[in-house]
Parts: sequence; C-alpha cells; structure tokens
Amino acid sequence: MEITWKTLDHILMVKINGDIDHHTCEILRQQVDQALENTNSRSILFSFAQVSFMDSSGIGVLIGRYKLVQRLGGRIAVACPSDRIREIFRLSALDKLFPFFETEEAALADLKGGMKK
Amino acid sequence: MRNQMRIFFDAVSENEAFARLVAAGFFAQLNPTIAEITDVKTAVSEAVTNAIIHGYEGKGGTVELFCAYDENRLQIEVADRGIGITNIAQAMEPLYTSKPELERSGMGFTIMETFMDKMRVESIPHFGTRVYMEKDLKTE
Repeated sequence: MEITWKTLDHILMVKINGDIDHHTCEILRQQVDQALENTNSRSILFSFAQVSFMDSSGIGVLIGRYKLVQRLGGRIAVACPSDRIREIFRLSALDKLFPFFETEEAALADLKGGMKK
Repeated sequence: MRNQMRIFFDAVSENEAFARLVAAGFFAQLNPTIAEITDVKTAVSEAVTNAIIHGYEGKGGTVELFCAYDENRLQIEVADRGIGITNIAQAMEPLYTSKPELERSGMGFTIMETFMDKMRVESIPHFGTRVYMEKDLKTE
C-alpha cells in the first residue's frame, strides 16, 4: 500500500494506492493520524480511486478516523470508491456517517463548504 | 470435475493477502467473473483475519485454508487451533466485536455471509474454529 497526502485549508487529502486489509490498515492508521496532528488538519478526504481491495478492516479505520475528526470539529468525506467498496460501506452503515462522492473535487467542495458553516 | 487444495501458513498479517490470492488463483481455473473472484477474496480475507486476530489473538499459530470446487460450486474452509468462540451467535451479529480497542468493525462474518451463498461456523473453546463457506458460480 502506498499513501500520499497533502493539505488544503485544514483538510487532509489522503490518496490510498493498493489493498486495505488488517495488515495494511495499521500503516494507514498511523500515517493518517500523524499527518493529521502534524498539519493541524481538522477534516479528512479519503480518495479510494486507487484502492484495489478492501475488507472490513477498512471500515474500522474509517470509523476510528471519523471519531478523531469529530473531536477536532471536522468531517470526513470519501471520494471515488468502487462499487464493491461502496457496498461494504453500505453494509456497515458508514454511508450514514459521512458522504461519498464520485470525484475528489466534489468531496473537497463539500468539506470546504462544511467548514464555512 | 472435482479439484481441491489445502495449505497451512503462519498466522501473521502478512499472509492475509497471500491467502486471498491463493484462493483466487485456485478458483480462477473456473473462469469466474471479476465480481465473483472479489467475493471469494473478500470472504477469505475476513476469515483469515479472524483466525489471526481472534483465534490466535495475534500470538501466532497456524491457519489452514482449504479450497475445492465441484463443477461450479466453490467450497472454502478456514480453520485455526486458537482460543475458539464461546458464543457463535453473538460473534456473528453485525457490528459485534470483542476487540473494539483494535478498531475492529465487527463486520467480518456479515461480509462473509453477504458475499458467499452459504456460511457456517464451528468452534470449540480452546480447540479452535473452522469456517465453512460455499458459493455457486453463475458462469459456465
């Protein structure tokens, strides 16, 4: 798994490339938490465009990050999930916790809009 | 035609991807759809992860993966000789997890049930757990 990130207006934009499972989610969790702290970001945009596989381990990571940003007054948005990943999110009712978008631009616009409120 | 294979590997997280790729490779002989092979990979990943995290509690051991097919019917078993499950019904409830501190979602069994046609769990406390799964391929 490869994780790259950048920040914009206190939004941490995380791009994940590869498989998300129990083994790799620990790396994802550590890198995102560290980046969140180092950059003083409040919200996270996860781009799943390059995620080739995800099992329920990914759900745990996202719920954990959701709780984290809630404490910071931020939000989470997910961009470009495949149909399969979207189905896994729906099964675990994650689609009730945060929004999903077809593009990173739409997800970013949503997070920026939320911050102005 | 019936065909089967059985492998044993260390209960370490590095082997989760290995296990699902082995299962996918074995069943690829039947020319499944991408969706069907993704179903299998996801279910195997969940079962193997459960064996590593819950069966052996991360302390290591050996995981068994059995795959077979008879015509278009796939059969998968994932077994460990770990601590076992005392309450299988509770373990299978969506969102139930015995390890919330590890940020586990408690969706493993639900996902196995959703993506496979049949799923059954046998477990004896202190002896281990075996998960049985079946799936019929729609393709010829």
